[in-house]
Amino acid sequence: MVELTHLTIAEARDGLAGGVFSATELTEAHNTAIEAARPLNAMVLETADRARDMAARSDLRLAKGEGGMLEGIPLAIKDLFCTEGVRTTAGSHILDNFVPPYESTVTANLWRAGAVMLGKTNMDEFAMGSSNETSFFGPVENPWRKPGDNRPIVPGGSSGGSASIVAARAALAATGTDTGGSIRQPASFTGLVGLKPTYGRCSRWGIIAFASSLDQAGPLTRSVRDAAIMLSAMSGHDPKDSTSADLPVPDFEAALSGDIKGLRIGIPSEYRMDGLPEEIEKLWQQGIRWLEEAGAETREVSLPHTKYALPAYYIVAPAEASSNLARYDGVRYGLRVEGDDLTDMYERTRAEGFGAEVKRRVMIGTYVLSAGYYDAYYVQAQKIRTLIARDFQSAFDDVDVLLTPTAPSEAFAVGDKSDDPIAMYFNDVFTVPASMAGLPGVSVPSGLSETGLPLGLQLIGKAFDEETIVRTAGVLEAAAAFDAQPEAWWETGQ
Amino acid sequence: MIQGANGEWEVVIGLETHAQVVSNAKLFSGAATEFGAEPNSQVSFVDAAMPGMLPVINKVCVEQAVRTGLGLNAEINRHSIFDRKNYFYPDLPSNYQISQYKQPVVGEGKVIVDLEDGSVCEVGIERLHLEQDAGKSLHDQHPDSTYVDLNRAGVALMEIVSKPDLRNAEQAGAYVRKVRAILRYLGTCDGNMEQGSMRCDVNVSVRKPGEPLGTRCEIKNVNSVRFVQQAIDYEARRQVDILEEGGTIDQETRLFDSDRGVTRPMRSKEEAHDYRYFPDPDLLPLELSEDFIEAIRADLPELPDQKKARFVEALGLSDYDAGVLVAEKEVADYFEKVVGGRDAKTAVNWVTGDLFGKLNESGREIAGSPVSPADLGGLIDLIADGTLSGRLAKEVFDAMFESGRPPAEIVEERGLKQVSDSGEIEALIDTIIAGNADKVAEYKSGKDKLFGFFVGQVMKASQGKANPKVVNDILREKLG
Repeated sequence: MVELTHLTIAEARDGLAGGVFSATELTEAHNTAIEAARPLNAMVLETADRARDMAARSDLRLAKGEGGMLEGIPLAIKDLFCTEGVRTTAGSHILDNFVPPYESTVTANLWRAGAVMLGKTNMDEFAMGSSNETSFFGPVENPWRKPGDNRPIVPGGSSGGSASIVAARAALAATGTDTGGSIRQPASFTGLVGLKPTYGRCSRWGIIAFASSLDQAGPLTRSVRDAAIMLSAMSGHDPKDSTSADLPVPDFEAALSGDIKGLRIGIPSEYRMDGLPEEIEKLWQQGIRWLEEAGAETREVSLPHTKYALPAYYIVAPAEASSNLARYDGVRYGLRVEGDDLTDMYERTRAEGFGAEVKRRVMIGTYVLSAGYYDAYYVQAQKIRTLIARDFQSAFDDVDVLLTPTAPSEAFAVGDKSDDPIAMYFNDVFTVPASMAGLPGVSVPSGLSETGLPLGLQLIGKAFDEETIVRTAGVLEAAAAFDAQPEAWWETGQ
Repeated sequence: MIQGANGEWEVVIGLETHAQVVSNAKLFSGAATEFGAEPNSQVSFVDAAMPGMLPVINKVCVEQAVRTGLGLNAEINRHSIFDRKNYFYPDLPSNYQISQYKQPVVGEGKVIVDLEDGSVCEVGIERLHLEQDAGKSLHDQHPDSTYVDLNRAGVALMEIVSKPDLRNAEQAGAYVRKVRAILRYLGTCDGNMEQGSMRCDVNVSVRKPGEPLGTRCEIKNVNSVRFVQQAIDYEARRQVDILEEGGTIDQETRLFDSDRGVTRPMRSKEEAHDYRYFPDPDLLPLELSEDFIEAIRADLPELPDQKKARFVEALGLSDYDAGVLVAEKEVADYFEKVVGGRDAKTAVNWVTGDLFGKLNESGREIAGSPVSPADLGGLIDLIADGTLSGRLAKEVFDAMFESGRPPAEIVEERGLKQVSDSGEIEALIDTIIAGNADKVAEYKSGKDKLFGFFVGQVMKASQGKANPKVVNDILREKLG
């Protein structure tokens, strides 16, 4: 009997199609694994009964040969996606009683493709964080630990629950969202593939907004092929999202030709920054060699405004967030804390409902938009954003894809950076530029750090050219042959 | 000009007119916009600012804004931006209003305003932008709670900003009426101020002639032409009084209290917002193609100024009559149906005289007139073909207004048909002459005035139905 929870989506798909096991068996195995993985605190809601129902219906469709692209595949859903009739919290106290009467477009696409929902994953509150320590429901633990060291490690963020539960072999894949690196960085920290598509590829309708001009849904998976399959199912034009691209969705899996001969790979010099750990530099060099060995050409490119990307991001994203989060006011839904008058009610509700990091960003965002500061901060940041996009455009005149590290470090211990926002924000230094330019990026697990934790390399592509990064990621994945797995300490109660 | 204790003051007025766009759905959601529905029955998830919901522009509202811009002789901006105006209020579910700040859809234009004395003045339009309306707080539903009705939340408004070109209340009133007429002609706003589908913010300042602009006060949400005028008169006088006593005007937002006819400051809580405008990242810039704009231009209806010119030129009406008729689209439309090839001056007299009189008396609008334009036209035809005398026609018209029935039916039923048969009339005249030999003698001896007496007698004998012209002709012949 195969270990059902250790399959990739592609393998599970074949097993289901061949009748080796049923969707119900596959789902039950994952329901059990999710229960066992509770010590990770990766799930904020388990929906085992719903999963059983969905799996049973998948079995009926499979029996009739009517299965969709993800028929019977059990997935975990980041709790930022509104799910009809299923509590959706964004990791926040202010929404901890909120049950949406509608289904997000991306999850609706997944269910239409036959996927099964195992539950909702923990996340940084309103997707604001890089370690999954800002959740109202408590930090998520990374299934990986340093050998010989039982200290809990963060899974990265904000899609930390999604990353943790897939890395723990308790869901075949999960949805994430990425605003400045929230898919790619957790993927790097947990040994997964994490793909952020081009802004506009996936509909944002029904995804609780953090920073509207940056937010983008994407998959966290155990293989590049799985990421391609997931992305095909999640994507598509949605008239309900004005920023959704009206473009056909390619068969991303078909892009996995394994052939990158003659492909031009750019290595951005500005990403080789001071203080970058040597092991990450070494891994990066290894990645360059792997791609060259597969027949690609590599060359240095310059993205001169890279150093401004992170500060500009931490103006734009909080500015949009301060406005997006204004609706959580206790008037219509979610938490309300009564007060002496309207203003008092607003203040008490938001003081109690939001955590420290959300408050910090709402304050920053309010400040940079206020009269007298708008031009100095918000307008400047938007100009930088234009310059960053231009950097990428000119780089892509010469190359087809860029190779960089995903994160400037391995996963760190819970509590290590939670008191130092600047150190925490620095986690996004390699992922933010592509986000600011709206470009697709994918993190591929490429090796282990000296302390035995996973490290990822990032590929950045041209807008709406996910196919090239998928193809390149497939080659990188094969060369890296990353097959390390965390020990299942949570099952033995360590 | 206002006469103050130490000389004349010039009043400077600019108006911001908020006009609700005629559209079936809201500006960024598919929810309905009908007036007077059950509270919260026309609210989509977008309108209620549910988590994860996104606005999508309603193309119809953009067309309406462009149509209005063209009707105001204004520049249409091919590229415009929707911004968020951030402030907390319970009837604003997202706690930001989607509006247009720096780059509105419509730029500068102008309106020709017709004044009482027949003169006109030109008022500049600064801009027109699209924005969402807010919901409504209901304070009278519960002793200590406020309820919110979101039916109106998200409904499309056009804010039409005039330049500070107005100098007195009369001009301001005429401007509002003219803008309302243009919107109604265009079908872009019903202009119904009582229902709140059109309301004005009035900016007023005063200065000595030739001096720079004074500090202005903004009077918010004034909802009738009369109140606009009252508010201006009060506010201008208030400012003059303060300045003449050596005081200074505080730039502030004020409310018009229509019960007392005064303006007073709004509570401080509601002013001094920092709205933190920024482009709404959920919406792409609004890009309009030349074709889109030209298609709307080609489809524009005849507007009041054009209609007035046509009435004067083609129908030979006076400027005054034409102005009265085109002021309301419904009146102009009614008139055009009445005239339909008939004598225009006769039609004007019936519409602006008898019909307006009756409508006024009964407190009705022309839309609710019991007399259809076709029937009024029919009545005019009955006069023209000699069936009815002017006097009989008035009687028939009164009956038409009472009953809503067509004139022919009334004429038939009451036997009011004018008698033009000369034999019949001659017989009547012979009887009258025979019975008034003394008066005939007097007339013949030169008392010409008695002619009227004979006409009257004949008309009386015919119960008013004798054709007066025929009566006159025969009488003159018989009396020599």
